[in-house]
Amino acid sequence: MSPNRIRTEQEIHGRRGRPITDQDAHEINRVEELSYDLKIHEVMSKNLHTASPDISLSDVLKILRVNRISGVPVVEDEKLVGVISIEDIVRALQNNDLTETVGQYMTRELVTVSNFESIVKAMQTFAEKHVGRLPVVNEEKKLVGMITKGDITRGILVALQKDYKEEEVRRYRASHLFEDIISDRTTLVLRYNIKAQNFTLGGTASSNIKRALLRLGADAQIARRCGIAVYEAEMNLIIHTTRGGILKLEVEPHRITMSTTDDGPGIPDVHQVLQPGYSTATDQVREMGFGAGMGLVNIKRCVDSMELESTVGKGTKLIMRIHVPAENFNGRKEG
Amino acid sequence: MNLNEVIELVDGITLTTDANLNINIQGGYGADLMSDVLAASQPNAVLLTGLTNPQVVRTAQMADFRAIIFVRGKQPQPETLELANEENMPLITSPLGMFELCGRLHKAGLPSFESNVS
Repeated sequence: MSPNRIRTEQEIHGRRGRPITDQDAHEINRVEELSYDLKIHEVMSKNLHTASPDISLSDVLKILRVNRISGVPVVEDEKLVGVISIEDIVRALQNNDLTETVGQYMTRELVTVSNFESIVKAMQTFAEKHVGRLPVVNEEKKLVGMITKGDITRGILVALQKDYKEEEVRRYRASHLFEDIISDRTTLVLRYNIKAQNFTLGGTASSNIKRALLRLGADAQIARRCGIAVYEAEMNLIIHTTRGGILKLEVEPHRITMSTTDDGPGIPDVHQVLQPGYSTATDQVREMGFGAGMGLVNIKRCVDSMELESTVGKGTKLIMRIHVPAENFNGRKEG
Repeated sequence: MNLNEVIELVDGITLTTDANLNINIQGGYGADLMSDVLAASQPNAVLLTGLTNPQVVRTAQMADFRAIIFVRGKQPQPETLELANEENMPLITSPLGMFELCGRLHKAGLPSFESNVS
């Protein structure tokens, strides 16, 4: 692509007149998914109006008008023989032929879809055959319903609505936790045991913590700050401790506290480890992209307050706190 | 910029099977030091890196990256790929080197998402 090429409206704004967000992408995909998941029999109209080939076109017109539909299948001896629609009637009108029978003007070229196919099949057929409605038949080729583009749209909307409700219910349960539980002080505590030297699993606890915070209603920025701080702290436990340690998250409506505790080896000079670039990490750790002596500096930048206490031979405790604005966690300020 | 467009620009090959590629990438960030990535990146960018261990996926996830591109045709470790599929983080490998990769994306209009740390 030439950098100077003028981008199309579509490229700049996506398909809804604004940039496509993750949420949009998710929804687009869900609609695509639904068009395969939803079966024709789930969205078709089963309330069938039919015509027989020997009734007059003006009678059909009455059926269409009364039921506010634009076409009906034509059935003879319980067998589908054609479709008669407004377009056919318009043709008859041009010939001043409304007294003629359905049989004379109906479309006999039968395009049908099967009731157990996905709605995507109906959509393809609509596009290929340039028709607006399709008779639906079962395995015995018996007429069981009609499907229109409107039925498909409605079916997808209903399914999306159901998705949305389920998601709402799921989210409600978690994010209203602090509103629903009445106490003088509510704290949710999550604990994780971190093993020393287990690099492959490194970050799993932090990932779970970040996810939990988002589920609880924390905004993306706070979740990111906590995620980064706690991840650096988790990696420190993995890289530097003798026997691993405990990573703890405490969530309160107005504050998030993250802490790590371990039982050794301890830090001889806590001021020194807070200097940017100071590191005792091995080459193995450095090869993984860590151990640049930026971990604690980084944590400090992400949180509102940080405390580091350590005794050589006993262990280290790191406490990190982030204040939460009132709108997160639907938090009520403590009076 | 759509991720599919990014992949095309860097002659990339997508390695993950499940991750969604129809997403918007707002900027780029290149580094081999995960601490730098955690310290100085902004959310919603693509991460260009020569590291291939699982920590790259974790780092990207913590710092809200949308995708990872490995430079110089590097292939991730199996655990890395597994984790990326699990966490819906698209992994892409490009035959280009770091400089060329950054240059192409920048030239095509993708801004640097490296923030100033002082």
